[in-house]
Amino acid sequence: MKQTASIISTYAADVSGVCSALYELGGMTVIHDPSGCNSTYNTHDEPRWYDQDSMVFISGLSEMEAIMGDDEKLIGDMVTAAQQLHPRFIALTGSPVPMIIGTDFSAIASVVQHRTGIPCFGFFTNGMHSYLSGAGMAFEAVAKHLVEPAAPGAPKEGVNLLGVTPLDFTVNGSVQSMRRWLGENGFAVKSCWAMGSSLEELTQAGSAAVNLVVSQSGWKAAQALRETFGTPFVVGTPIGSHAAVLAGLLRKAAQTGECFTSVSREMTGPAAIAVIGEGVYSASLAGALQQRLGKPVRVLCPLEVQPEFLAPQDAVAPDEDDLTLALADAAVVVADPLYRPICPSDSTFVPLPHEAFSGRIYRSEIPDLTDKQFDRWASNWFKEEKK
Amino acid sequence: MLKPAWDQFDESGAAVAIGQASFPSPFASGLEYGAPARGSWNIVHTGMLLPEAHQIFICASGCLRGVVLTAAEMNALDRFSTVAIRENNVLDGDMEELIIEGVTDVLHKLPKLPPAVLVYTSCIHHFMGCDLPRVYRVLRERFPQVAFTDCYMNPIMRKSGITPDELDRRQLYSLLEPRPIDPKSVNIIGGDLAIDSTSELCRLVKDAGFRLREITSCRSYAEYQEMAESFLNLYTIPAAKAAVVQLEHRLGQKYLYLPQCFGYDEIDQNQRRLAEALGTTAPDSAQARLAADAALARARDLIGNTPIAIDYTLTFRPLSLARLLAEHGFKVTQLFADSFIAEEKDDFDWLQQNLPNLKLGATTHVKRRMLPRQNGGVPCLALGQKAAYFTGTDYFVNVVEGGGMYGYDGIRRLAGLMAEAFLAPKDVKKLIQVKGLGCDCCL
Repeated sequence: MKQTASIISTYAADVSGVCSALYELGGMTVIHDPSGCNSTYNTHDEPRWYDQDSMVFISGLSEMEAIMGDDEKLIGDMVTAAQQLHPRFIALTGSPVPMIIGTDFSAIASVVQHRTGIPCFGFFTNGMHSYLSGAGMAFEAVAKHLVEPAAPGAPKEGVNLLGVTPLDFTVNGSVQSMRRWLGENGFAVKSCWAMGSSLEELTQAGSAAVNLVVSQSGWKAAQALRETFGTPFVVGTPIGSHAAVLAGLLRKAAQTGECFTSVSREMTGPAAIAVIGEGVYSASLAGALQQRLGKPVRVLCPLEVQPEFLAPQDAVAPDEDDLTLALADAAVVVADPLYRPICPSDSTFVPLPHEAFSGRIYRSEIPDLTDKQFDRWASNWFKEEKK
Repeated sequence: MLKPAWDQFDESGAAVAIGQASFPSPFASGLEYGAPARGSWNIVHTGMLLPEAHQIFICASGCLRGVVLTAAEMNALDRFSTVAIRENNVLDGDMEELIIEGVTDVLHKLPKLPPAVLVYTSCIHHFMGCDLPRVYRVLRERFPQVAFTDCYMNPIMRKSGITPDELDRRQLYSLLEPRPIDPKSVNIIGGDLAIDSTSELCRLVKDAGFRLREITSCRSYAEYQEMAESFLNLYTIPAAKAAVVQLEHRLGQKYLYLPQCFGYDEIDQNQRRLAEALGTTAPDSAQARLAADAALARARDLIGNTPIAIDYTLTFRPLSLARLLAEHGFKVTQLFADSFIAEEKDDFDWLQQNLPNLKLGATTHVKRRMLPRQNGGVPCLALGQKAAYFTGTDYFVNVVEGGGMYGYDGIRRLAGLMAEAFLAPKDVKKLIQVKGLGCDCCL
């Protein structure tokens, strides 16, 4: 049955995506929720919580406030906290009950902004969509409202990395590897959305020559930056041989102003190898594996993804039943370990932990597959190489 | 990147000397911060105490995330399933069908039917007026061999009426079926951690010839059902009251509250009340008092004037503990709690009079996120995970929910743990982030 999961986990939700995207930017993010969202986020979805302070709070919504529609309590609490903590901006996100009672996040954000003089954004999250949706909204808001116009005549240079959160790239050095890879290919990193960059760096993102969208969560920001600043973008994650393709497309995009996706693949024949995960990353990994093994590799994406990122044999499979069915013929499955129970018993399972699915459980085992580091991982798990 | 800017924030609003504090809520409510101290149990941990039972949560995926990963970290996903609520379910009003068909689907997929299923509905069901009686009626008709109970993950209720914590503990015992009462059998109800068998409470029950049962020691569903035979339910935490009241109503089991406290007179009073309920005589406590005094004196001689910080996750009676330690010469300087239960009033008053500079610190206040996590540069001994985190010390007693310690025996053990903690630093970051201290954990 759709929507049931008898044994597998659940992806991080939209509300965590917002928090994760904005975590390092000096803002205050408020989750309008009774309790639970905060501990879920800071325990399972946020590896930076212990060591790096960020102003993420819950409203502590009560039954009576919900019944009486007492938005003033929330507004007052947000204003008080902002006066005490002086955040750079304020973000308000929602959970299921505010959705049911029809909370107007935009209106509340306007009131808070008016009372505090601090930019405030309302995000209509409800805990029923994935983290990609939430992070996407947050990055889009930054792109639309906080990025400053470039000085007239200033050269367009460098690249912005869009769609970078620990939910997809954890804290294992992958982000630094992507930065290094860009440097080795002649691109200065203008900003990284949003790990390791300040809000000031993000506000200068409009002067980049090209944007690199490394996960679905960067897609809307890329669209907004394209619309506002005309910046071209390339979609793909630099994994294995796929990284060289991506570097070429980045140069081409910067020169021509055209946009490209490097994640689509051509497959000949049925794929016996399946990769489960976030769309951009998985399609990039599938491309690298396909190139290395000379065999078709299929992506099963349980999350939101742009259709153009997927190849014809790939599939969107959001539920346990969809995935179980889609995996029936798989000989090899590359996926988070918490998917293992639904894989065919005679298949070979290649664990690829994903923070957005299994949280912190396998964090220390998440590999950095950036560029050539993919080859070491692949040689461990796939003995056979393309003849 | 956001850097700590501790010097920009003063403590006002997030800390107050007890001499100036109000009872039971010293701090104004507002936005809430959550510290990364996770040892206290949640509803999944508590539900797993029911042997052989399967848990099914029906919520939005954002709410499912925390509970499914709790189960995963316990290596217990084979006893745990979910049904995700989506927007169309809210709009279409088919919530009852979603639960019925979702639970049915899950049960059909299990290798064998469990004897009991805990079905957790959420805030959404509460607000949408979901017809839960119909849901459970249909499920019981479909699976007559399975005992279903209605559980709730509805934190929206944590500030009104019976709290989710109380409800969870009540429902855990709701599957006990009536049996002939055994007048020589007694239960301890509601705790997550077993009361130490060396405690005066356990020894008094057993020495008087009674069998003592506790869910923490049940190894099978059949063994759990034997708890229905007991004539008396003891409970040591206030959150268990709803459970014992319902058990009295359903099964005729009497109940007795014997709070986990630290005052000697209150401990003696508990012993007398227990003895009376069992029809026996309370043992003389003089030796136990002396032993507790001696243990505390040994710890005090070692710890000396080192400041001590306590938090509410170590015990639900932190003021009682602070008073005990202060009366025995320890230098208690900080106590972290956001509010207090009514039965702490006497200890609050005593501390106001006798230790007015004791600093009360809020744990959820927004400033707590940014305030310095160090004890003013002074080495400190922390009792509890949050106290350790907020004071930045590596020397702490890693105990939650009382840790099974009770009475004079508990005080002796706690004094020993304090001495041990004072001598050997711990890996705070690693230890306090483990959820449900005492449960299985794969981290």
